[in-house]
Amino acid sequence: MSETIWLIPLIPLLSSVTLMLVGTRLKASQVGALGVGSVGISALLTLLLATEFMQNQQVIQLSLWTWMEVAGFAPGISFYFDGLTLVMMSVITGVGFLIHLFSTEFMEKDPSYARYFAYLNMFVAAMLVLVMADNLLLLYLGWEGVGVCSYLLVGFWYQHNANGYAARKAFIVTRIGDTAMAMGLLLLFTELGTLDIQTMVGEADQTWQVGATVPTIACLLLVCGAVGKSAQLPLHTWLPDAMAGPTPVSALIHAATMVTAGVYLIARTHELFLLAPIAMTVVAVIGITTSLMAAFTALMQTDIKRILAYSTISQIGYMFLALGVGAWSAGIFHLMTHAFFKALLFLGSGAIIHCLHHEHNIFKMGGLRTRMPVTFWSFMIGSSALAALPMTSGFFSKDQILLQAYQFPEIGPGLWVAGLLGALLTAIYSFRLVFVVFFGSVNTEPDKDTGWRMAVPLSILCLLAMVGGWFMIPVSEVFPASDGSHPAHWVEYVSISVPIVGVLVAYLIFYTGQLKVDRLANSSFGKSLGKLWLSGWGIDLLYDRLFVKPYYGLANKLKSEPVDALYGLIVTINQTLNQWLSSAQSGRMRWYIASMVAGLILVIMLAANLPEGAL
Amino acid sequence: MVMINLILILLIGGLLAMLSERISDTMPRKVAMVVVLTDLVYLLLCLSGMPEITQLQAPVANDPSTWLMHFKTDWIPAFGISIELALDGISLLMVLLTLILGAIAISASWTDIVVRKGFFEANLLWSLAGVLGVFMALDLMLFFLFWEVMLIPMYFMIAIWGHENRGYAAMKFFIFTQASGLLMLMSILALVAVNQSATGIWTFSYFDLLNTQMTEQAAHWIMLGFFIAFVVKLPGFPFHTWLPDAHTQAPTAGSVILAGILLKTGAYGLIRFAVPLFPEAALDFSSAAMWLGAAGVVYGAVLAFGQTDFKRLIAYSSVSHMGFVLLGIYAWNELALQGAVMQMVAHGFSTAALFMIAGSLQERLHTRDMREMSGLWQQMPRMGAVAMFFVVASLGLPGLGNFVAEFLVLLGLFQVNIWITVVAATGLITGAAYSLLLMQRSFQGQANQKWVDSGLVDFGTREMLTMAVMIVALIFLGIYPQPVLDAAQPVLQSLLNLTTSPTVAIVEVM
Repeated sequence: MSETIWLIPLIPLLSSVTLMLVGTRLKASQVGALGVGSVGISALLTLLLATEFMQNQQVIQLSLWTWMEVAGFAPGISFYFDGLTLVMMSVITGVGFLIHLFSTEFMEKDPSYARYFAYLNMFVAAMLVLVMADNLLLLYLGWEGVGVCSYLLVGFWYQHNANGYAARKAFIVTRIGDTAMAMGLLLLFTELGTLDIQTMVGEADQTWQVGATVPTIACLLLVCGAVGKSAQLPLHTWLPDAMAGPTPVSALIHAATMVTAGVYLIARTHELFLLAPIAMTVVAVIGITTSLMAAFTALMQTDIKRILAYSTISQIGYMFLALGVGAWSAGIFHLMTHAFFKALLFLGSGAIIHCLHHEHNIFKMGGLRTRMPVTFWSFMIGSSALAALPMTSGFFSKDQILLQAYQFPEIGPGLWVAGLLGALLTAIYSFRLVFVVFFGSVNTEPDKDTGWRMAVPLSILCLLAMVGGWFMIPVSEVFPASDGSHPAHWVEYVSISVPIVGVLVAYLIFYTGQLKVDRLANSSFGKSLGKLWLSGWGIDLLYDRLFVKPYYGLANKLKSEPVDALYGLIVTINQTLNQWLSSAQSGRMRWYIASMVAGLILVIMLAANLPEGAL
Repeated sequence: MVMINLILILLIGGLLAMLSERISDTMPRKVAMVVVLTDLVYLLLCLSGMPEITQLQAPVANDPSTWLMHFKTDWIPAFGISIELALDGISLLMVLLTLILGAIAISASWTDIVVRKGFFEANLLWSLAGVLGVFMALDLMLFFLFWEVMLIPMYFMIAIWGHENRGYAAMKFFIFTQASGLLMLMSILALVAVNQSATGIWTFSYFDLLNTQMTEQAAHWIMLGFFIAFVVKLPGFPFHTWLPDAHTQAPTAGSVILAGILLKTGAYGLIRFAVPLFPEAALDFSSAAMWLGAAGVVYGAVLAFGQTDFKRLIAYSSVSHMGFVLLGIYAWNELALQGAVMQMVAHGFSTAALFMIAGSLQERLHTRDMREMSGLWQQMPRMGAVAMFFVVASLGLPGLGNFVAEFLVLLGLFQVNIWITVVAATGLITGAAYSLLLMQRSFQGQANQKWVDSGLVDFGTREMLTMAVMIVALIFLGIYPQPVLDAAQPVLQSLLNLTTSPTVAIVEVM
């Protein structure tokens, strides 16, 4: 198996290329078989690889060819496989396969069925390259590759300008982070002479002291890339808009895999971050701030996908918090459980949207508990896991993060309290969604229920969201062991009970209506706060004023090419001179004679004034 | 003789193409295609008899016997002017690029040109002949001659077969290039005169002039003359203003040649002449040149973003991309130089393809205004998909040639000047902005009813085949650029050996 791991990304890639070239000539069933089958084979191969890895714990390094070799810069098309890679690959191919299967039903009426699977397969291939790369340049290839696929899929229904706008926004905002990350790559290569991750961290350990300037800057640049891709403050604004894409795309790219690439990047280069404590603190602070910001925003949203989008931003914030406090494996653990339950929630919302005539507004839904039972249970389980109710998968991972955050020196308890507040909000907004959508009166009647191709992936994901917390992720060799100490018991009890309180609050407000918030919501302060949260703290507007509008203005101003005015000036001078001289050629004999005489006099005067002997 | 033959085939072929119009209306384009392909095959056959490029030892810059090919015969012995041609790895890359893009340009002219077809193809071939000469000539007088030979047919192509504002554009193109050509001629003469006064020998040979002894001041001025002459052609900020007009107004084949090949002569001139002939002066000037390059990257990108004309947008994107070439050359270390060479090749393909798409759109819609396009993907999915490919190539997607180029330039530049690198890197963001806007305005969005009714024709076999050549080339350059790097490496090394700039020292320490 170890010699053939390159097949895992190659198969979806080939399938994608085939679909691009001849997809329109294939029958829908063939397209589906190719699209789903290729990812299925990759998933099986990954499973094979996993069983092998569980037995021998063998790290695999495989170099296919040298990508380029210039003056000592020689990144390879080479793969590196360890426990961390395995976790990521399992999520990508496993959850990816389920989402592909779901898509065959969700997208079956779409005229661009082949194009859809071509992009989706391409995405899986790029994402696999990202996590399997043994050097940062190849990782960057996967990184940009998933960015382009995300762009293509967000703007999949290109006929609507709004979708195109969302797609471009997603690409350009993440590109800002990516460019900073590229600068980080330049710095790392210039300082360490390699981009091979394993060699590089070894070199870094030898070269740099903990807390030195260069690793701090390098890590911060990498964080910029991670922040862009993983939709963290201040580059998170693209993710809610990216919901314009088909819902399975949101499940795969904007919940389970691509948006967690930033978390993977930091975890993969954690040895560098250990040399840069400042960068780690920055990661933790970004994580917790984003988490809270997004949780408040999610409270006010009415679009089911936007609630989930902000929830994703918020949950990735927890992963960042974990990374920042050095709880590496907890962060990756949460990445995995989040992939299960968030994919479940997104697919569930996809099922609702599919069966409810493309309705997105949760207040136009309601009472779906009996109408769509599979979807209801998906949401119950998914939301419980998202809220981290005990024994669900999200509980185990989030609990680990909160407890380890508490132990972080100095600001630890602060981070913990903020994390708890976030957990409370998470429970409230996720069960607000459940109560509004599935209970109460029916506002829109679904015209169909989910078929098996939707129900099966949902059921499997339900199972994973339930039991995923019991999985042991094989990363003990990858990350340094934690010191094994535990905080006091009361910390643990509080951490467990806060989400339950949150669910209770949501129950009282949105189900029984016993807890009245209208007074608060209708007060002028409440209203403006609600508006602020609804707009995502006005950050979009701020960026629009600060960056977008001025850039458009600048482009508009320069459009007429000011530099050319300089050359225009030369032309004007020439034309003016030409006019003067040609007006001298008037055809009047008098004027000619007069000027000849004047010229003659001038010459004689000059000659007369010459010094002796000059002539 | 091979090199002379390469040029003669094109010159005579041009004549034949012109005459063939008497036989049939569709004859010239076929003749032209055959001529270019013959030239290409002939070159490849000659190469196959030579040792592997990768196994070549580094040529010594001032020793012609170490080059791939060298040919010299007297022309005007009284002034030391000779017909001297030579080929090394970089010239070879450029010559290959010229011939491949030449064939692509002829394909682009297939249905685009409707009047005086024979004369058009003749001009195209003659221009290519001039370009080949430029890439191979190592006698400075001969170089200047070829420089003019490539420009005058191009002037005709814009002036006769151009679009609505062709007169203005052609005149602007002509004045800019002639002014810069004059500057170059004066610089050549000055250099030769300085060399003559030092050694007592009249010579225009590159090899003899390489080690000319001159005062610092003379070197500065003459270098500046060369620099401006080449940067106008590149084009570098602020000498770029002829380009948007010329590109926009030129017929498609003209734009393909202009963007794909003619711009590269400027870059080639900088690498071959402007720096090696005056190493110290060029070094003193390098940071100014790099700032100009960075300014070009940013300025071109912002202006591209503001355009509404499909072709003009691509033209400004060329200004931005050529900024990277300028940066790569003046960073003057192996990484950056390889990046610059790679950019010359990759940009040749990506921009040529985009111009062909622009031409195809104009042929079908009779407009280049993107405000009138919108939603074209729906009717022309093949063209849309191809456009998407080249758009992401031009915004530097890893896995395609342009990324390798830009990354190497940035990597080399970073070791020389971090702040310029930061400014240039913003080009990656602004590049994405205008590239995706181009896609949005033309192919995405709601379909314009006007075009739905008129029934547009998607790309056919000929067009797809032409595009496939460029797609394969860019993917190849993107994932396995080594053949190109290997071809350029010994040459760049020998050029680096000529100079003893501190930047080189840094690289060696690394």
